Amino acid sequence: MVEWTDFERATIKDIFSKIEYDVVGPATLARCLVVYPWTQRYFGKFGNLYNAAGIAENAMVSKHGITILHGLDRAVKNMDDIKNTYAELSVLHSEKLHVDPDNFKLLADCLTIVVAARFGNGFTGEVQAAFQKFMAVVVSSLGKQYH
Amino acid sequence: MLSNQEKMLIVQIWERLTPVAEEIGADALLRMFACFPGSKTYFSHLDISRGSPHLLSLGKKIVLALAEGSKDISQLTVTLAPLQIMHAYQLRIDPTNFKLLSHCMLVALSCHMRDDFTAVAHAAMDKYLSAFAAVLAEKYR
Repeated sequence: MVEWTDFERATIKDIFSKIEYDVVGPATLARCLVVYPWTQRYFGKFGNLYNAAGIAENAMVSKHGITILHGLDRAVKNMDDIKNTYAELSVLHSEKLHVDPDNFKLLADCLTIVVAARFGNGFTGEVQAAFQKFMAVVVSSLGKQYH
Repeated sequence: MLSNQEKMLIVQIWERLTPVAEEIGADALLRMFACFPGSKTYFSHLDISRGSPHLLSLGKKIVLALAEGSKDISQLTVTLAPLQIMHAYQLRIDPTNFKLLSHCMLVALSCHMRDDFTAVAHAAMDKYLSAFAAVLAEKYR
């Protein structure tokens, strides 16, 4: 089981209470599709992903970005059992969506950078460490049911 | 693979950050030490606490080297030759750590530049840092 310090718990709750989901969600998915273009392979039906501007303006990308970010809410609420919280989602990503679990880390890194930009200097090294630890547990849990 | 536009963007960013090289470099290092404690093992002979002269000096060196390299990316192997030798034979830092510092450098840039650190700038910089790290590790074996 993952051990969380009081600082880590407080930091995660604080970050997720302050970010604007309808800005951070779209920005994160868009950034992932731009920085790691091979991830576009999972979004063939999303239409115009030809360049950064197209991706940023794409309504399907925005909508899906918000969905993904809200998907993290359950982990925030259940920090002591993220593995089981995401068991079903893990199966979905493996059996139905066929997403290579390496991609979860790419998206997590993009989220870290988008959150960093929102908070500026408030996103200290210690806050970053807590956030990355949380995302690492999320990423690991999402990959757990793959076989 | 970096386009000409991306190369220009990278040069612009490092030019903008050169005056605050110490601040950015130290920030990136501190983030790496906080997030990846194993990286601290290479600095047991230095004081790497926040604000220490060692940390600031190291941070400045790293950012200035990144800035210098960006001026002619096609010549990285030439520009970095002395650093290649130092890292391969003297420092012998496991190259996995280059990825960790690169990631923390991107976070430092994002915190500093905020909305100016666009997805396109991020992509370009990530590619540059990967290329830089690869060249740095070239003489390891």
